[in-house]
Amino acid sequence: MNSPDHAAPGLPGLFAERAGDYRAGMHHCTEDELPGVLAGLLAAAAKVVLPPGVPAAWTSGLAVPTLLDDRGLTAADLDEAGLSVLTGCAVAVAETGTIVLDAGPGQGRRLLTLVPDHHVCVVRDEQIVADVPDMITALPDPTRPLTMISGPSATSDIELNRVEGVHGPRRLDIVCVHPAI
Amino acid sequence: MRIALFVTCLNDALFPQAGIATVTVLERLGHTVAFPAAQSCCGQMHANTGYAAPARQLERLTEDAFAGQDAIVSPSGSCVAHLRAHTALPVYELSELLVDVLGVTDVGATFPHRVTYHPTCHGLRMLRLGDRPTALLRAVRGLDLVDLPEPEQCCGFGGTFALKNAAVSGAMLADKCASAASTGAEYLAAADNSCLAHIGGGLARHPGAPKPIHYAEILAATGGIRE
Amino acid sequence: MSRQLPIVAITPFPQAAAHELADTQLRANLGRATRTIRDKRARVVAEVADWEPMRDRAAAVKDEVLDNLDELLARFEAAAVAAGATVHHAADAARANAIVTELVQEQQADHVVKIKSMATQEIGLNEALEAAGITPIETDLAELIVQLADDTPSHILVPAIHYNRSQIRELFARRMPGFTATSDEPAVLAGAAREYLRRTFLAAKVAVCGANFAIAETGSLVIVESEGNGRMCLTLPETLIAVVGVEKLLPRFADLGDFLRLLPRSSTGERMNPYTSIFTGVTAGDGPQRLHIVLLDNGRTQVAQDPAGRAALRCIRCSACLNVCPVYERAGGHAYGSVYPGPIGAILSPQLTGQDAGFNKTLPFASTLCGACYDVCPVKINIPEILVHLRQTGPKPAAERAAMSTLSWVMRDRRRWRAALRAARSGSAPLRLIARRHGGTLRRAPWPLSAWTAHRDAPLPAAESFRDWWRRTHEQS
Repeated sequence: MNSPDHAAPGLPGLFAERAGDYRAGMHHCTEDELPGVLAGLLAAAAKVVLPPGVPAAWTSGLAVPTLLDDRGLTAADLDEAGLSVLTGCAVAVAETGTIVLDAGPGQGRRLLTLVPDHHVCVVRDEQIVADVPDMITALPDPTRPLTMISGPSATSDIELNRVEGVHGPRRLDIVCVHPAI
Repeated sequence: MRIALFVTCLNDALFPQAGIATVTVLERLGHTVAFPAAQSCCGQMHANTGYAAPARQLERLTEDAFAGQDAIVSPSGSCVAHLRAHTALPVYELSELLVDVLGVTDVGATFPHRVTYHPTCHGLRMLRLGDRPTALLRAVRGLDLVDLPEPEQCCGFGGTFALKNAAVSGAMLADKCASAASTGAEYLAAADNSCLAHIGGGLARHPGAPKPIHYAEILAATGGIRE
Repeated sequence: MSRQLPIVAITPFPQAAAHELADTQLRANLGRATRTIRDKRARVVAEVADWEPMRDRAAAVKDEVLDNLDELLARFEAAAVAAGATVHHAADAARANAIVTELVQEQQADHVVKIKSMATQEIGLNEALEAAGITPIETDLAELIVQLADDTPSHILVPAIHYNRSQIRELFARRMPGFTATSDEPAVLAGAAREYLRRTFLAAKVAVCGANFAIAETGSLVIVESEGNGRMCLTLPETLIAVVGVEKLLPRFADLGDFLRLLPRSSTGERMNPYTSIFTGVTAGDGPQRLHIVLLDNGRTQVAQDPAGRAALRCIRCSACLNVCPVYERAGGHAYGSVYPGPIGAILSPQLTGQDAGFNKTLPFASTLCGACYDVCPVKINIPEILVHLRQTGPKPAAERAAMSTLSWVMRDRRRWRAALRAARSGSAPLRLIARRHGGTLRRAPWPLSAWTAHRDAPLPAAESFRDWWRRTHEQS
């Protein structure tokens, strides 16, 4: 289910609105619908890069090959055309539409979400906090490598025209998983 | 109420009308105005040009001249801001005195003209005068107040900045004059004759541009339209 | 190193500004850019209910850092070293450049990729590396443009704001290997930079970065960016060298809660920038396996000793003060002759390198003291107050000094003052006849007032001073 009226109220609703403001692709579903939504978003990928710890259910509907980062994929491996990466996140921020990766299970090493051109990130309602200070205190271990992502890579360096996608993934899809009603 | 006037050195020498207007408005409202003759300059120009010692002497002189006064009024936002930062004197910019202390917005003036108001940097950001001056102007009979585009932009005066950085000051002035001219107003009012001397000097070279006027002079005016 | 650091004004500001003002393209670009960013900033700041208390808290945290600099530096170093980093201390630019150069040479790298960093610009690191035969490659798009053009940045946040798209396309065609695009669409130009830099990132052995924040509690570095070039530099090369001004410290990790809200909203006018990276030492299997942190003083501890000026060290380089400054908007960044332009540059450059260096003494006067910079500063640096402090402590022309003390002597005595007012009035009587033609103002005055009448008419002393009017109307009874 990808319709915006599926969006939840409160923090999840604000998160979806704010992340959408950065032109991240926003998608909403329940736990049961998740495999189907992910399969749809990743259908056009040549391969899907997976960090260790991605739940098996997330990939159960995929019809394309996967590439598990269990033996240290190199930047060159990840620079192949058509790669997508699928991850979860540690915490997300409603006020700013930010997802935070901390290299925990299902998130992996930093280069996995950097070199491929397409990043699909799964966010559960209970991972969403109100604002940046809540996120800072919600991080389980601040000394892990942290990446805060607010929309796709962007530059405004040429005549202040916003161009999405410079060096990081040019496409960011966020899948918000809400409890079934 | 007895109110002491700090007219400022600039108004004393070049723009006495602002001081006269301040006295006129307050006396019309039934107050007694005093003018301590020992006053001259608050020290702002010296301080901002980099001369701390003479500035301090002038601040002390002003403190002595106004010792024991309960309320001091001045028709100059920048001088009020300087005295407030460097002395303990109970000093008010005219609109603060009228609106906050005396509780008046209608001072009984009539000025049947189209007027635009430049808030000036000290009025806007140091004193936070807000809508006090425009509330007073809106209550003036016959006055048509029109908005000045980009009012928060500095006019480029900045004391000796106008001389030391003449090119940049001139460029800022040109933009302020263009904003003022675009309003179609007859008068550009402000709460500081230092900015007005600069803007007015530029407007004098724009045919058809508004004429500079201290807003106290508008508040003092009673001529013109019959009600 | 005998050459002057790029934080010294080499031309008097008024002259440099007058020169830049003549460039109408620059003025149009700057006017549009600063207006756009300041409107965006105003919108996102207005939606934060506790913005003002947050500014107060942030200022207090930065003051806490300046009060406890040595202790916090030691804590940072201990934590960073425990996490696998190597920490170096550089008292000045020459030492910092030497440390970085040696570290690059140790890795036998002939080039380094760089994240936009004010600290490395301040010390002239690129020039030092080039002198040692090492090619520094700027990877921020705007810095790349400026570097390819052999130019210098004109804005802290949008360094290439003085270039338009056709100038950039022409530059890329001339200087970027493999560039073939014929369009000057920003998306096409950014795409070309992506292709060019991707090859460079994948091959780079060493990266050089600065830091937006350094956390004493954890030894972490924080890098705030938009394009992802930062993440590339922080993730792909085996060796990472961070040059960090000592004032970048924050005591606690939790302090980031406020600072990461203040910085993007003040800087780009976004609720949050696209990418923020935080890393602590070395993580096995993830990112660079060698991390060197060069803690840079370069005049900072000396500035921290001056109670009236040290608040300048609170600066988090957001550039909000540039975007609201009417002088910057017209003069542009180059007029300040320093990598730190605008209001913050006018107080930082003279403090870091001294007012006697070059024409630094003209920088504190490059302001009308309009106060717009103080209003937007996320760490509440009272820039106008520090400008005045620097004016009062800096060198000044002898003639001006004499004029000011004479004026003050006249003003300190009511008889002298009244006599001066009358003398001015009668002395200007002939001028009043001339001025009548222009509605009472003077169109052309002799030197030194000619600087005034070059741009505007001058007022003349009134026919009757206020005090004479008062005596006539209120004292003669």
